[in-house]
Amino acid sequence: MSNDDGTAGRGAAEGGADEAVSAPELPAEPRISVDLTGVAAEPGVAKPDPILVADGVRRQFGGLTAVDVAHLEVPRGSITALIGPNGAGKSTFFNLLTGFDRPNAGSWTFQGERASGVPAYRVARRGMVRTFQLTKALTRLTVLDNMLLAAPKQSGEGMLGAFWRPGWRRQERENLERAESLLRRFKLYDKRADFAGTLSGGQRKLLEMARALMVDPALVMLDEPMAGVNPALVQSLLEHVTALRDREGKTVLFVEHDMDVVMGISDWVVVLAQGKVIAEGRPDDIRSDAAVIDAYLGTHHGAPAEEGSGG
Amino acid sequence: MMDFLTVLSDALRGAVGVEAIVYVMAAIGLNLHFGYAGLLNFGQVGFMLVGMYGVAISVGTFELPLWVGLLVGIGLAVVLALLLGIPTLRLRSDYLAISTIAAGEILRLTFGSRVFEDITGGVYGLQGIAQEFRDANPLPDMTYGVPGVLAFTHRDAWVLLVGWLVVALLLVVSWLLIHSPWGRVVKGIREDEDAVRSLGKNVYLYKMQVLVLGGVFGALAGAVWILHLGNVQHTYFMPIVTFMLWAGMILGGPGRILGPVLGMVILQFFLTGMDSLLREAIGSGVIPADTLSSSAVGSIRFVLVGVVLMALMVFRPQGILGSRKEMLVNVQR
Repeated sequence: MSNDDGTAGRGAAEGGADEAVSAPELPAEPRISVDLTGVAAEPGVAKPDPILVADGVRRQFGGLTAVDVAHLEVPRGSITALIGPNGAGKSTFFNLLTGFDRPNAGSWTFQGERASGVPAYRVARRGMVRTFQLTKALTRLTVLDNMLLAAPKQSGEGMLGAFWRPGWRRQERENLERAESLLRRFKLYDKRADFAGTLSGGQRKLLEMARALMVDPALVMLDEPMAGVNPALVQSLLEHVTALRDREGKTVLFVEHDMDVVMGISDWVVVLAQGKVIAEGRPDDIRSDAAVIDAYLGTHHGAPAEEGSGG
Repeated sequence: MMDFLTVLSDALRGAVGVEAIVYVMAAIGLNLHFGYAGLLNFGQVGFMLVGMYGVAISVGTFELPLWVGLLVGIGLAVVLALLLGIPTLRLRSDYLAISTIAAGEILRLTFGSRVFEDITGGVYGLQGIAQEFRDANPLPDMTYGVPGVLAFTHRDAWVLLVGWLVVALLLVVSWLLIHSPWGRVVKGIREDEDAVRSLGKNVYLYKMQVLVLGGVFGALAGAVWILHLGNVQHTYFMPIVTFMLWAGMILGGPGRILGPVLGMVILQFFLTGMDSLLREAIGSGVIPADTLSSSAVGSIRFVLVGVVLMALMVFRPQGILGSRKEMLVNVQR
């Protein structure tokens, strides 16, 4: 297992991932490593093998420009964090990329194909699946139904196909197996028959992540996965996020406020402020970036607080 | 002395009679809309109208066979659903609610207006539509049921037979659809359509399919109605019809296959029973005629049934067949 940037936080996260491997049905696959060593820490820098490339994406609400990203590449097989002060446009950018909002200008490609102007459901089918800042569990469906619903290309999903039971029974069994193994991994198996609305906030985050995996995406986009989660659960959630990269070779792009989390698990950090990418780089680059410190604390400040919290 | 057997007989007749069938069918469609997909349709009566007038105009005005009229009625319901759905189903659910309630009224007033009198019969409506259906009656001419308690002529029995069979068919179709991956997606949309969209499902298409299907069920209800009455007038389609459907569906338990059937039957039982009870009470002097005149019975029964409904909602807010556990699920975060 190569450790290309060798940050201490990353090492700890991987240790955590090993703990989660205790679930017997999951083989520990070698992680698909991403080599970002030669990449310069500057906004809009080109990266080897980007899965997502955005160009000139702008979204205005009246006179306010919420997002104005000139160029951004997300490297495949990495965990990329999107951070920035409140109102920086992180969630808006997420909504744009996933088809939940339309930009005023700009385009982006996903896996080399144009993905701008594509409706949200098609974005998901192409392998770019998001979660939400305010968790969207389908509350009056069971946990298991939440999972099964997400399985792609079901023949019983069509109105006519639904009537032909022999046509979808087998597929349903296969999906059930996959759903149950994911639920075991996310420690929700015992809850499978319960309504999703009975889960705690942290469990809903887990369910949302597991549900996103049912779609079998190449890029998982997590909007504040740790928000509103009991601190005791944060570590477990972190392990699940790193496992996405390390065990399944997924690319993860996530928005997060918690600097410990961001610095601990990210391969690459992108900083948005007032809609623009003001900095990007490895966690260590970002910690010492003057523009980032300015954006968070204002131009006139004393000792940068991130020094302490970024640990 | 009050004749309680008559009251019971009237109530039972209301519970299983043709009017109950019509309401049950339309409520099954409404249950697909609201109970499963969360669509706010406040104009189900409009779908009943196009179903009824589709048959009436085809048969009455253009002298086409009955089966053509049925297809026309269904086709009109599909068109109406598309017209309502295309502009509103991408928007928040309130917009469908506003559009449907308006569409119901627009249709009623249009079909009753003088402008289209040559086709719709205007305020006079259309008559003599059900002859072909009545001629096809295979039942021998005798009385069916228990004489004195619940009896029907062979003509009514024929409508009841066909009507309840269609109800059974609609229930089977609903059950098969809801207990399938399709139904799972639809229920997911009821809970949170953005979540379903983020998982790669074409939410708009599903909502449209549900709106069309539930609307067609409403049109079939209208068709059964005209097979019974043989005539149609635009005054049948007041907005209150839709709200009766809502009351019955909520009473039975939305999001349950048998909910609208049970709810509607019970509601009809109480409405006709209450009417009969009050008339009996006035007729036998139990209620003095100067306290309540028989002409006020029609509205008073609604008040009394309303009280019953309110009590039920207090003690069983999930409806008769609804699951309390499901209702108490924290829908918020």
